[in-house]
Amino acid sequence: MTATEESTEIRFGEDLDLLAKSASDVMRDRCTLEAVRASAATDTGYDEALLAQIAELGFLGAALPERYGGAGLPAAALVAMAEPMGRYLYSGPFVASTLAGQLLAYIDDPISQQTYLPQLARGELLASPALYEPDGSYDPLAIVTTASRDAAGLLLSGIKTGVLDAANVGLLLVSALCDGEPAVVAVQRTSLPDGSITRETLIDETRRSYRIVFDDTPAVRIGGDATQGLRFVHQLGALMMAADMSGGTIGSIDLTIDYLQTRTQFGRPIGSYQALKHPMVDIFVASEHGRSLLYHAATVFDGESRASECAVRMAKAHCGSTFTHAADRSIQFHGAIGFTYECHAQLFLRRAQWAEYQFGDTRHHRRNLQALLL
Amino acid sequence: MTEVPPAETPSPEEFATFRQEVRTWLQRNAPTPPAFQLPDSFMEVGKPEQFAFLQAWQRKVYEAGYLGMAWPTEYGGRGRPQAYQRIVDSEMARANVPFMVNVIGLMWAGPVIMQLGTETQKRRYLPKILSGEEIWCQGFSEPEHGSDLAAATTTAVRDGDEYVLNGTKIWTSLGTEAKHMILLARTDPNAGSKYKGLTFFLAPVDVEGVEKRPIQKMTGEYGFNETRFDNARIPADCVLGQVGEGWSVAVTTLMFERGASEGQAGGLAMVPLRVSDVVELARQCRLDGVPAIEDPQVRDRLVGFAIEERAHALNMARARNQALTRDRPFAIMMMNKLTFSEFRRRLSAFAVSLEGANAGRYMGDPHAIEGGEWQRHYMNAFSATIGGGTSEIQRNIIGERLLGLAKG
Ligand SMILES: Cc1cc2nc3c(=O)[nH]c(=O)nc-3n(C[C@H](O)[C@H](O)[C@H](O)COP(=O)(O)OP(=O)(O)OC[C@H]3O[C@@H](n4cnc5c(N)ncnc54)[C@H](O)[C@@H]3O)c2cc1C
Repeated sequence: MTATEESTEIRFGEDLDLLAKSASDVMRDRCTLEAVRASAATDTGYDEALLAQIAELGFLGAALPERYGGAGLPAAALVAMAEPMGRYLYSGPFVASTLAGQLLAYIDDPISQQTYLPQLARGELLASPALYEPDGSYDPLAIVTTASRDAAGLLLSGIKTGVLDAANVGLLLVSALCDGEPAVVAVQRTSLPDGSITRETLIDETRRSYRIVFDDTPAVRIGGDATQGLRFVHQLGALMMAADMSGGTIGSIDLTIDYLQTRTQFGRPIGSYQALKHPMVDIFVASEHGRSLLYHAATVFDGESRASECAVRMAKAHCGSTFTHAADRSIQFHGAIGFTYECHAQLFLRRAQWAEYQFGDTRHHRRNLQALLL
Repeated sequence: MTEVPPAETPSPEEFATFRQEVRTWLQRNAPTPPAFQLPDSFMEVGKPEQFAFLQAWQRKVYEAGYLGMAWPTEYGGRGRPQAYQRIVDSEMARANVPFMVNVIGLMWAGPVIMQLGTETQKRRYLPKILSGEEIWCQGFSEPEHGSDLAAATTTAVRDGDEYVLNGTKIWTSLGTEAKHMILLARTDPNAGSKYKGLTFFLAPVDVEGVEKRPIQKMTGEYGFNETRFDNARIPADCVLGQVGEGWSVAVTTLMFERGASEGQAGGLAMVPLRVSDVVELARQCRLDGVPAIEDPQVRDRLVGFAIEERAHALNMARARNQALTRDRPFAIMMMNKLTFSEFRRRLSAFAVSLEGANAGRYMGDPHAIEGGEWQRHYMNAFSATIGGGTSEIQRNIIGERLLGLAKG
């Protein structure tokens, strides 16, 4: 491992810059912290009008192939959008549907691509990958759910947990073992009997995830290399979550700094005390490091190569630990008001505590980096 | 994803060719390691043979055209884009060649002269900074005023076409070898505020009335001095900028020193410490009877350092992308000094810990691992967490200037 030899490329051209700005503008206007609380209080957990606006702006198809109605931008575009979304604590099926769309685009099955991608790109159809199971492993290939053949096709049995926005999407892409091999199968959400999808109660009240019990559920196999596809989507999930957390860190820092500038005690703004100022600077520095790791990961992401894996794991590990720390200090630096439900600091802490454990936590990625680096 | 390069930026092919050329040159010309030990950085040059060796190496690099590449040709530079110098610097780090000795001249005295000097001053000083013929030192700190630099009390009193200096500067790195000093002195003690009445001099220090006393460092090495001025006379035309405006010149200087402004002549300033070297050390050392590299805690910490090292390198890449630094354009450059120096300190302390029961040995012990170098690296790491403004002062600056927090 010679760090000096490795690429330090960060590509972020004008098109991505415009996309990031546009995401940032929409979020600033429409996704205020009051709006975030309002969405969190609804059953679905998101603002449909805002999702429609996002679809209108082309966000849902930004990184899908042009021949299926997408804009054909590289995966870095997803980071360009996800980071400002995280900054404003946006929630909704953007992440889920993007991951499902990217998974479909990655595993080469032209028929399902033609069937689903144009609708996904326009936001007419929403989808979500169902990858993880009750034992809590982050390994996308640690699958117990089975898809067995019968005369009519495949029947799916097993339990998936943490399925993002499952109750609000039309299509579920489920990982399962088919003849002992990893496979990805498509399930129409409406084909599931009542009671098979139950909402999980999350520490982050703005997010929605569900537990799904499949019991001889009819499913259709998606062709192509499922093993690679599952690795790919898991890594992309980690990248998008790193972006979300990098954005969340910035939001948390802004909120905390604002308080440090305005709250006075002993006749001085509390931000003048070095016991608060210096840790705040360290958090800011860590956040800046995280952004650099993130944009590089976005640049080299392909879901396959060593460079991509390394960069994504570093970004998720670093952005994750930085956000959880920033949000933790934000509570303390607000004093008792920070401990209240009313104070927005809790929104960031809860987001951080949730996102840290999605698509691999800091410990998991650092552990996997050992094999790559040492 | 198109990125339009500025017009005069050379093509990637030109860069690749140039990188190869530098690599080959370094292979052929890197000096053979001397029998004596080389210092960790320009701040620990304490022996005449170390100085002679390093000065000769700087001259060789300069004559090959690899120093001051972006400085104008009329001042001894090569007038090429800064990117060329960055390539040279990274290749030097990669090749593990010795650092440049005249760092104060190359990295901050030179750039500040370039920015604020008269034409005469630029022609007089800059070429010999590059060649290493004239060594520069810095007279900012005083025994009673370190972090509170603006409170400096060394006086400079005008007398005809000279100034008369009195007072004491301290921690003067390269003070023994230097011909010139960038000096902050008080020309008007009654200016009303400590920030006023200071003047910035390009002072010769080989004149009568300047007494240099070497100070031993905690490592046992030398490299900095106490510098006393006792009615020392310097020419009046060595004022840089305006009389009484020395504080703003000093702040400009510190921006170069801390890497917050660009314009440095280039070259390495210290022995680079890399995570890959520490990984190698972890393979060599044994802890509790097994190679240190197999210890789970060691492995996790190595990964942590690798992430941090990567983040530093990527920060430098991002710093050149406007779109990704627009929110706080100076953030990365302003935090460089803090992050690099603290990283170096923690990394070298960790490296020492890998030596386990042998970690207590030091340079000179025949059984010290890697000659006790990591122990020396660790102690010398404080030179950068204290020198040039302490880490605490850096955090104050970042907190106040970048984050807008109130002054304490
Ligand atoms: C190896 C080395 C080389 C050097 N070379 C040079 C040189 O060539 N020329 C030169 O002029 N100087 C040089 N220096 C001096 C250096 O710039 C000063 O040491 C530094 O600015 C700190 O000043 P001080 O040592 O007086 O410490 P002090 O200012 O007394 O600080 C003592 C402690 O108090 C902390 N502190 C002080 N003020 C504050 C505050 N406001 N908030 C929080 N904490 C605070 C400091 O961080 C430090 O931990 C060198 C120093 C070293 C170690």
